[in-house]
Amino acid sequence: MDNTDRNPVLEIKSLDKFRGKTQVLHGIDLCVRAGERLALLGHNGAGKSTLIKAVLGLIQTEGGSIRICGAQPGSASARADTAFLPEAVSFHPALTGREQLATFARLIGEKADVPGLLQRVGLGEAMDRRVGAYSKGMRQRLGLAQVLLGRPKLALLDEPTSGLDPISRQDLYAIIDELAGNGTAVLIASHALTEVEARTDRIAILRKGVKVADDTLADLSTKAGLPVKLRVKAQGIQADHIAQQTGGRRVNGASVEILCAPQDKMTELRRIAALGDVVVDIDMVPPRLEDLYRHYSQQEQS
Amino acid sequence: MRILAIFRAEMLILRRNLWIFMATLIMLAFALALSFAGSAPTGTLGVDMLTISVASMTTLSVYLAPLLALMMGFDAISGDRDRGSLALLLTYPAGRGEILAGKFLAHLTALSIAMGIGFGTAGAIAAWFGGAGSESLAALLRLVLTSILLGAAFLVLGYAISALAGSTTAAAGLSAGLWLVFVVLYDLALLGAVVMDGDGAFTQSIFPWVMVANPADAFRLWNIAASDAIALSSGMAGAASALPVWAAPLSLLGWPLIGFVLARAAFRKVEP
Repeated sequence: MDNTDRNPVLEIKSLDKFRGKTQVLHGIDLCVRAGERLALLGHNGAGKSTLIKAVLGLIQTEGGSIRICGAQPGSASARADTAFLPEAVSFHPALTGREQLATFARLIGEKADVPGLLQRVGLGEAMDRRVGAYSKGMRQRLGLAQVLLGRPKLALLDEPTSGLDPISRQDLYAIIDELAGNGTAVLIASHALTEVEARTDRIAILRKGVKVADDTLADLSTKAGLPVKLRVKAQGIQADHIAQQTGGRRVNGASVEILCAPQDKMTELRRIAALGDVVVDIDMVPPRLEDLYRHYSQQEQS
Repeated sequence: MRILAIFRAEMLILRRNLWIFMATLIMLAFALALSFAGSAPTGTLGVDMLTISVASMTTLSVYLAPLLALMMGFDAISGDRDRGSLALLLTYPAGRGEILAGKFLAHLTALSIAMGIGFGTAGAIAAWFGGAGSESLAALLRLVLTSILLGAAFLVLGYAISALAGSTTAAAGLSAGLWLVFVVLYDLALLGAVVMDGDGAFTQSIFPWVMVANPADAFRLWNIAASDAIALSSGMAGAASALPVWAAPLSLLGWPLIGFVLARAAFRKVEP
């Protein structure tokens, strides 16, 4: 998808943040355009949540600039344009889901279809129960409902899938796609790498407060030149023999792992097929986001 | 409008966790108990029973109004922060002052209901059994209104503590300390100073002002100064007569404002 012609909704330039004397964000540049879904990846403590809080204007930053549709973070217009789903979202336990969402709608100053929204996120049955009786997943759904309030221009979702079961995750990404489809710039912070793979347009990787990569998944893959992994299962005690023949590595009693560049894949497969009966099974594992992540993290380290 | 949104949510919370009910019950129980326990000396002082009842309830309110207010206020900010819901609330268009104002109005309404029903019922019963004059009715009304003001002062002080404290537990401890200082230790310290000073310059000119600077004492003085009968029955006319009439009302009206400004300043520094 070509997004370059659209205006950036979120524009971060060389952002620095110190906590005490430790620098937790180092010159971060980041840009999210309308309708774009950006995954912000990194381990715990990489600075994802700090970056999001800085964008929300909840914390002060020491250097660089953040603009949300041209406005300062924390300003009235930036707050009106932004929706936020905190990590492990929580609400006052004494209010019902409907009351909580109605309060948020009033704060935005919008006549929202509160029951409709709650229905949309799958809380139709539970909307008149107290939040205190909600499961973690239900609270997360309520959090998602408030993101949908007021048609935000920018949605910041911090670990949106935590506490959700696989089906709920599907629902969540369907809603995120819908948001992006309506022109909202969506930033998803996550360390669940496999989840965002197919669901985002671009991936930025944070490591210890430094942005080490920012590109589409395909381009990141090509640039990293990560090898394809072939796992060959041998018959009986033939694993050693296969390992010798192919130059692979024994991983357990009966399997051998062979790494090869993407372009050499077919050659390698033919060679294995030529080994005949000793090969019982073969699995091919293309490079995954985990590998990419490891690659870009280590690159920065050295 | 945004203040109203916060106000409505807070009212729901206060109602649902039975705060309003419990506060009213506490006020009612104490007010009734004191009115009847204090009804014995009516004949000797030559005033109606409502006057005595109001004097007893004034003494009660000095302790109870700050206590109830602090109990409501101490987790207003720290509770939301500990729970994790403050960060989300702060990303909404409501400013921090508006959030505080909404909570304040809700808590003040709850306090007013508790004070009005508690003191009102006790007063009505005292009037029914022991008679009441226009002066004692005015004293009752004054008691209710000044109690609400006293509560307002400690509500906002509670918010300031709530914003400054690192956690809800710390806020609870600090609130208990604040209550002890303002309601008990302050008077004890003043008493000590007066005893040391004897009849010197401090006792004569400084002491009344230091005393009225404390909202709890200003509350007492306002109620006492306004009614000779209550001053008579509470035996505290001396300090009241040394001050201009506006001193106590100024202190009691000023504290909620000062406290609100303090709380807002403290809240601004909070990074959820």
